[in-house]
Amino acid sequence: MIITIASGKGGTGKTTVASNLFATISDRSMLLDCDVEEPNSKLFLDIPLLNKTVVSTEIPKVDQTKCTLCRKCSDFCRYNAIITLADSVKVYSELCHSCGGWIVCPENAISTTEKKIGEISFFGDEKKRLIQGKIEIGVVLTPALISKVKDYIDDEIINIIDAPPGTSCPVVETVTGSDFVVLVTEPTPFGLHDLKLSIDLLREMEISFAVVINRAGIGNDDVKNHCVGENIPVLAEIPNDLRIAKVYSSGKLILNELPEYKDLFSNLFERIVGLV
Amino acid sequence: MKELVIVSGKGGCGKTSITAGLSILSKDHVIVDCDVDAPNLHMILNPSEKEKIEFFSGFCAKINSEKCISCGMCRDVCRFDAVEITDEIYTIDEFACEGCGLCEFICKSDAIEMFEPKRGDWFVSDIKNGKMIHARLGIGAENSGRLVHLIKNRARVIAKNEDKDLVIIDGPPGIGCPVIASISGADLVLIVTEPTVSGISDMKRVYDLIQSFKIPSVVVINKADLNPEMTKRIEEFANEKGIKIFGRISYDESITKAMVSGRSILKASQKTREEVEKIFDNVIESI
Repeated sequence: MIITIASGKGGTGKTTVASNLFATISDRSMLLDCDVEEPNSKLFLDIPLLNKTVVSTEIPKVDQTKCTLCRKCSDFCRYNAIITLADSVKVYSELCHSCGGWIVCPENAISTTEKKIGEISFFGDEKKRLIQGKIEIGVVLTPALISKVKDYIDDEIINIIDAPPGTSCPVVETVTGSDFVVLVTEPTPFGLHDLKLSIDLLREMEISFAVVINRAGIGNDDVKNHCVGENIPVLAEIPNDLRIAKVYSSGKLILNELPEYKDLFSNLFERIVGLV
Repeated sequence: MKELVIVSGKGGCGKTSITAGLSILSKDHVIVDCDVDAPNLHMILNPSEKEKIEFFSGFCAKINSEKCISCGMCRDVCRFDAVEITDEIYTIDEFACEGCGLCEFICKSDAIEMFEPKRGDWFVSDIKNGKMIHARLGIGAENSGRLVHLIKNRARVIAKNEDKDLVIIDGPPGIGCPVIASISGADLVLIVTEPTVSGISDMKRVYDLIQSFKIPSVVVINKADLNPEMTKRIEEFANEKGIKIFGRISYDESITKAMVSGRSILKASQKTREEVEKIFDNVIESI
């Protein structure tokens, strides 16, 4: 089972929900941090690092001695990652999407070389498993790295995915294949505006979802009313409690520091299972 | 003309609220909402739309099922798993397609065509004290970096033609392509952070990104009194790197309450207003 924790607006509590939900059922689950630009789940979980692997993609490498400057490669490349100059062909690796388009070369002058796009770290002990993707600074192939993190999904257990914010390509890559998405929002106009964007995306992708309202009580009832009107279940409301903000700020789990919220997360899990 | 960009790495640090505050305090200027994925700035600045432009970008493949002979070549070469087969009919998953065109190249029966899809809209609007450029990227769409480039360029043209001294840019969260597009060419980047472990970690990553472009950056600490130990860590990091701290905003729920009622951060409380004014003064002085 794959449960993804997402949100349109950033900073609504995705990682809080993902890490506490994971800690609630860590004996049956694994956490995958797919917010590879800013992975933060690990900050809340005390799990030792087991190992790391470098993720690379293939980028073209031109053998200038074989190249006839025919321009077929640069005409083909829609990302302007390969440009034919007066006397050579130049590759701009930061623009390359690794599409494999180098096969258009009629002279067989293009081979490939590896370019590091990020790292995947594996954390674990007898009880918990966390897999975290982290993109290299300045690399834009976020979806490619997310896809590599998702290769470690274990179909035998529950996979909880911490998604990046927004609704564009990294989010699409992350939520693809999910059995269920939990949208974390806050009861404010910004929260509602961005929640609606996420709802549109998930409906178009035909993925089932429900909502968790974080900082409940800080704003108004518009988010709740919208969910009722749209027939979207609200699975939990995490109250606007300054103690939660403080626990979060120090990188601790709500579960451990404020045990009165334990039931909230176990109930949340039960409700998700009930809907999958 | 100077360009100020506000980023945070982590979402929800108060980037947009602070940007709106700086905009309201500014004289005649151009403001750009580069968070094209989940834009919120318009909800505070209430722009009145003057011009709407459709955004077409990138490509997407389309398979003509009448010409397709189901040879599977397109599926073999596609590195984005964008070719799907349902009941032996080949189709393209438009969400997965990155528009590289390799399937079109490899197809022997001329069954694949590339088209340029509409990815969103962007707007040129009036606000009380200037112009606002904002956009809405289509749901699940790609090429957000290109859209950011486009709206920033328009902002620069307007600023030049109308003799405005300042362009303020509200950046997206993260460190990916729309963020890179937002900060490129900036005179100053203001990093909004918060004293939480996530806020600090994300600030460091976005700082490294800004450094790689050799652009000067400064820090603003939002919710500065939430966790004094974490605030100290931010100050230590700033000290070590020689980054100036342009201001601190105290934790105050009236900031959220102001947003809920559609008012700016300047209307939250007198104290908050003074804190934002200090940031504004520091920005104007240094830029």
